[in-house]
Amino acid sequence: MTQYLIRRLIQSVLTLFVISIILFGLISSVPGGIMSAYEENPDFSAEDIARIEAKYGLNDPVPVRYAKWVMNILKGDWGNSFVSKRPAIQEVKDRLPNTLILMGSMLVVTLLIAIPLGIISAIKQYSLFDHISTTIAFAGQSLPVFWFGLMLIIIFHVTLRRPDGRPLLPGSGMVTLGAPPSLGDRIEHLILPVTMLALVSAAGYMRYLRSSMLDVIHEDYVRTARAKGLRERMVLYRHALRNALIPLVTLIGLDLPSLFGGALFTETIFAWPGIGRLYFNAALKTDYPVVMAVLLIYSALILASNLLVDIFYAVLDPRIRYS
Amino acid sequence: MKNTLLRLTFRRFLRHRMAVVGSIILLVIVFLIVFAPFASRYDPFEQDLLNRFQPPSAQHWMGTDDLGRDMWARILYGGRISLSVGLLSMAVAIVVGSLVGLLSGFYGGWVDSILSRITEIFLSIPRLFVLLALGMFLRSLNLPYVKAGSFAPIAFVIGVLSWMSVARLVRGSTLELREREFVVAARMIGATNMRLMFQHILPNVFSPIIVSATLGLAGAIISESGLSYLGFGVQLPTPTWGNMLSNTQNQMMIAPWTVIFPGLMIFIVVIAINYMGDGLRDALDPRHFTRE
Repeated sequence: MTQYLIRRLIQSVLTLFVISIILFGLISSVPGGIMSAYEENPDFSAEDIARIEAKYGLNDPVPVRYAKWVMNILKGDWGNSFVSKRPAIQEVKDRLPNTLILMGSMLVVTLLIAIPLGIISAIKQYSLFDHISTTIAFAGQSLPVFWFGLMLIIIFHVTLRRPDGRPLLPGSGMVTLGAPPSLGDRIEHLILPVTMLALVSAAGYMRYLRSSMLDVIHEDYVRTARAKGLRERMVLYRHALRNALIPLVTLIGLDLPSLFGGALFTETIFAWPGIGRLYFNAALKTDYPVVMAVLLIYSALILASNLLVDIFYAVLDPRIRYS
Repeated sequence: MKNTLLRLTFRRFLRHRMAVVGSIILLVIVFLIVFAPFASRYDPFEQDLLNRFQPPSAQHWMGTDDLGRDMWARILYGGRISLSVGLLSMAVAIVVGSLVGLLSGFYGGWVDSILSRITEIFLSIPRLFVLLALGMFLRSLNLPYVKAGSFAPIAFVIGVLSWMSVARLVRGSTLELREREFVVAARMIGATNMRLMFQHILPNVFSPIIVSATLGLAGAIISESGLSYLGFGVQLPTPTWGNMLSNTQNQMMIAPWTVIFPGLMIFIVVIAINYMGDGLRDALDPRHFTRE
């Protein structure tokens, strides 16, 4: 087991290394160099650009620049944002808690919807409840998530009003500007962004749990549990559900790229000051240091979560043996 | 009786009611899009600033947008681009994925190790974020053969980032088929590796490929719309269902129809394609037991 873990860890680090080369290669292959974005900017003359390129070694061969970049990152220097002039890593760190709040709440709500619905649908297979919830889930999986967010704003922010004329729910930001900070206010601001993400991903998880629950219910050990006279609740929740949840854990771990993507849409639509919005604005302004920092950190997080899923799996499922 | 297998498959497909409904809806939409000039009296690019933000009416079925352009006309022409991008990126994903899967499943060994590692790398990158970075590139690139609003590069990029599931699927099937008698027999009578792969194995993997192509098409349409919505996909004024939605957020109050209709089209088309894929899976693989 330890050996397996060490091997997987080394593998992940190597993969991250390759990804960093690819990402760097990508950014370096912009024709005219990264300063080309400033060619049409009246504040920069051709000499200015040449001087900056010389000063920062932008004319060095790509491998040399890559080596410098990696060495700097290992020392903790990710470069400064072109826009804010602050360290890129600081920009990311400042927004990380906001994204974690959003994604954490979203994951909790997703599971609160998906797990009960998935179980009921599987137990009462082909019932009216099952038909309705699988149909809604199928539709949910086909929803363009950003459009769903816009629809939520139209309905709950623009159209529906409170008795005093204010919008029913806030449509942007994390808190009401100028209002005294309160937990209620923060939760109100979370409702629409979390709903947008959670309903769409709950659809996928629910369908997944339903089919893995159906697989498990037909296993021999479930029949054995019934045969020895256990109550049905016991059979379902102690024996079947536990095993059906294992693949769901894997799915969540492997789903991280699409969760990050979903958060990017939510943060842009609801003006949520998180990493997705930071990245979106950086990409709009071709702010390479920030773009690279986010890409690399997110790739590392995805690799780490894949590794965690494997470990989790090994701990949870004793049938799996690693050599 | 000719084509009995095809007929059987078709009959199984017809049994999936939602798949049939989805296919019909899709056919109608494709028909309208192809014959767009006959389905709408308006030019999708013609601005009419005196008639901005007209609500849906007998003249303008879906209203007009911020420049007074007819929404229905733009939906139809935008559909051409959205569906073309979807088809093109799906084709790229299928070709790359099948090739990678076929090679790594057939040869095994170090070929398989390398290709599987590459697949893993593509699976561990934050897809939307990389798409945005590539979109940022394509926007700043002034390629001589890429005109403003051209959709081929973005379609290609989406395809290159979404072949992995196809590769895994094809690899799995190839591993199993490689050992089957008919392949071994073909090898014994001296068939080349190329012939074994493309003549004997590939046709047997067609069913799962077709199913994942359908689902991939739906995914590609969603990807394009999201990317164009954020402003990194197909560029305005060329309409797509995605970029018609960008910058509509501040019009919601006065012209909600500009936000509702383009997204509704994406939703309808994607759900229709997904149901079709579901039906195809049931029809093409009788062993597959759907629990839907």
